[in-house]
Amino acid sequence: MRVLVIEDDLDVAAFLVKGLGEAGHAVDLASDGAVGEERALSGGYDVMIVDRMLPRKDGLSIITSLRASGDKTPVLILSALGAVDDRVKGLRAGGDDYLTKPFAFAELLARVDALARRRAPEESDTRYVVGDLVLDRLARRVTRGKEVLSLQPREFRLLEYLMKHAGQVVTRTMLLEGVWDYHFDPQTNVIDVHISRLRAKIDKDFDVQLLHTVRGAGYVIRDGDA
Amino acid sequence: MPLVTLSVFVIVSALLVGALYWQATRALTRLALEQSESELRELAADSGLIPVDILANLIERRIESGGMGLYFLVDANGKKQAGNLNQWPPELELRTGGGFFSYESADGVRHIAVGVAEVLGGGAIVLVGRNVDAAQLLASSLWWWFLAALGVMSVIGVAAMLIGHRALLGRVETMRATSSAIMAGDLTKRIPVSGSGDELDALASSLNTMLARIEQLMGGLQEVSDNIAHDLKTPLARIRSSVEAALRDPRGAPAHREGLERTLEEADELIKTFNALLLVARLEAGAVEGSVEALDAVALVDDVVELYGPVAEDVGCRVVADLQTTAVPLVANRQLVMQALINLVENALKYGRPQSGGSAEISVSVAARSGSVVLAVADRGPGIPPASRERALKRFVRLEASRSQPGTGLGLSLVAAVARLHGGTVELADNQPGLIVRLVLPAGVATQADI
Repeated sequence: MRVLVIEDDLDVAAFLVKGLGEAGHAVDLASDGAVGEERALSGGYDVMIVDRMLPRKDGLSIITSLRASGDKTPVLILSALGAVDDRVKGLRAGGDDYLTKPFAFAELLARVDALARRRAPEESDTRYVVGDLVLDRLARRVTRGKEVLSLQPREFRLLEYLMKHAGQVVTRTMLLEGVWDYHFDPQTNVIDVHISRLRAKIDKDFDVQLLHTVRGAGYVIRDGDA
Repeated sequence: MPLVTLSVFVIVSALLVGALYWQATRALTRLALEQSESELRELAADSGLIPVDILANLIERRIESGGMGLYFLVDANGKKQAGNLNQWPPELELRTGGGFFSYESADGVRHIAVGVAEVLGGGAIVLVGRNVDAAQLLASSLWWWFLAALGVMSVIGVAAMLIGHRALLGRVETMRATSSAIMAGDLTKRIPVSGSGDELDALASSLNTMLARIEQLMGGLQEVSDNIAHDLKTPLARIRSSVEAALRDPRGAPAHREGLERTLEEADELIKTFNALLLVARLEAGAVEGSVEALDAVALVDDVVELYGPVAEDVGCRVVADLQTTAVPLVANRQLVMQALINLVENALKYGRPQSGGSAEISVSVAARSGSVVLAVADRGPGIPPASRERALKRFVRLEASRSQPGTGLGLSLVAAVARLHGGTVELADNQPGLIVRLVLPAGVATQADI
C-alpha cells in the first residue's frame, strides 16, 4: 500500500517509515505542512498519516483542503493533544481516525490497515464468513459448520466487529471504540476476558482455531494456519 | 465627575423652580384675564344693535352694582362715555387688544390691572379689566420662597454628593487595598461586603467568588506538583533501574530483551497514569470543553455493566444493573460519564469486596431525582469511613486499606471532576454495609464552561 506520512518530528518520522516499510508498505514522507499538503493533493495514496502540529501549515487545515477538493483518501490523525474534544475536532475536520502520542506501533499499524481496507457502505455484507463460521447480521445468528452457536448480545457484537475486519489485526482499543464507543484506557483487561469467553464459544470445541491472539497487538480472526 | 453631577442637579433644579414660579404667577393673572374676556364678550355681543349711550348705561349700572370690573368706554371720537377709570390707560392702544396697565384709584393709590379692549360696531371702543395687585404680591413673595427653596436644595445636594462621594471612595479604596494584598500573595483575603446589597456589594461578591476559585486552582496546582514529584517519579525511577539492571546483566542479549520488554510495560503504565492525571487536572480547571449530547442514562449503564460483567465473574463478583425505568434522558458528555462509571466499577472490583464471604455484588443504578439524574455504584465491601470521605475524592489519595493494590488513586478524583464539570456533585455514603457512590448530574443542561 502507498502511505503518505506528514510528520515533522524526525524521530517519530523515522520510526514510522521503518515500521511501515517492514510491514510491506511503500512510504512517502513530508516534514512540513506545505510540502505535505502538496503531496496529499497530488493523490495516489491508499492512506495518509498526518500529524496535527506541523510547521507552515497545520494538519487539520491540510485535511480540510483535502476534503474540499473531493479527495476521500482515509486519514489517520496523530497528535499529542488527546483531550476529549481534540478527537472530535480532528474527526470533524475530515479525519477518519485519531491516535494520540505516545502510541504503540502495533496500534498504528492495525488502524492504518483497517482504514486502508475500509469498504464503501454499499458493499457491506449482510453475512460475514470466515472458514466455516458464518455470522448473519440480519437474523442475528451465528453458525459454525452445522451447529448454531448461542451468543450473548455483547459476544455477538464483538464477533461482528472482528469478522468485519477479518484477516486484519484488531487492537483492544479498536474493539472498545467499535463495540462500546468508549475512547479511554480501562485499567483492567476487560477486552481480554470478553475475547476468551467468545473463544470458548466459537473455537473450543472445533478442530480449526479461527480467533488468534497477536502478541503485543491484539486479535485477529482468520482461516488457515496461525 | 461629582462636580458635573452637581452642576446638572443645580441647573435642573433651577429650571424646575423657575418653571413652577412662572406658571404660578401666570395662573393668577390668567384668571383675571379670562374673566375680563368673558365679560367683554357679553358686552360686545350686542354692540352692533345698541347705541353707545345705552351701552354706557349698562356699564354704569355694572359699576354701581359693585363688581370687580374696571371699565372704560369711549365713543368714535375718543370721548369718555362711561367707566370707573380716570382715563384710557396709556399702556394700551385705542384699538382691539389687551395687556397690563396701571391706574390710580380714588384714594390716590396706584394699582396694577390686566384688561382687554375691543372696537365696537359704531367705532366706539370698550375696555374691560381686573385688578391683579394680589397676583403681583403673591408673585413677589413666591419669588423669594422659590429662591430660598433652590438655595436649600443646592446646599443639600452638595452635601449629599460630598458624603456619598467620600463613602464611595472609601469602599473603592478598601477594594484596592485588598487587591494589593492579594497580588502580593495572600490568596486568603477577601473583599469586605458592606451588606447594603447595592452594586458595589454585588461586585465585591463576584470578585470574592473569583478569588475563591483562584485560590482553589492555585492550591490544586501546588498539590499536583507535589504529587507529580512522588507518583510519576517513582515509575520513572523503576524504568531507569530496569534498564540499568538489564545492561549490567551478564547474560547479555536475552537479558536485554527481557529488560526492554519490562521497560515497555512500565512505560505504558506511566503513560496511563500521566494521561489520567492530565485529564483530571484539565477537568478540574474547567479547561475541557467536551461536547455534550442527549443520552439515555439507562443505555449507558447497560453498556458499562455489559463491559465489566465477564471481568467481575473472573474474580468472583457480579456486576448488575439495577434499573427501574425504560429510559432516563440525560444531557452530558458520554465519554466522561462513561469513564466516571467505569472508574467506580473498577474501584468496587478492587476495594469493594466483602471481607468475609457474602455476595460480592456490585450494583449500578440510575434514578431520576427532580431535575437530576443519579448514577450510583454500590458495593458490599468495607466502605469508606465518614471521616475519610472528603479526602478520598482528592487526587492521589489512597486510603490505608487500599495502599497495597496497584492503581493511581485518581479514580474518584476524576469522578468528582466530571461531576463538577457538568454542574453536578458526587456523594459518598454508607451502603450498610459497603460503599455507595452517587454521581448526581443535572438532567438537562450544560457544563460550566459551557461545555
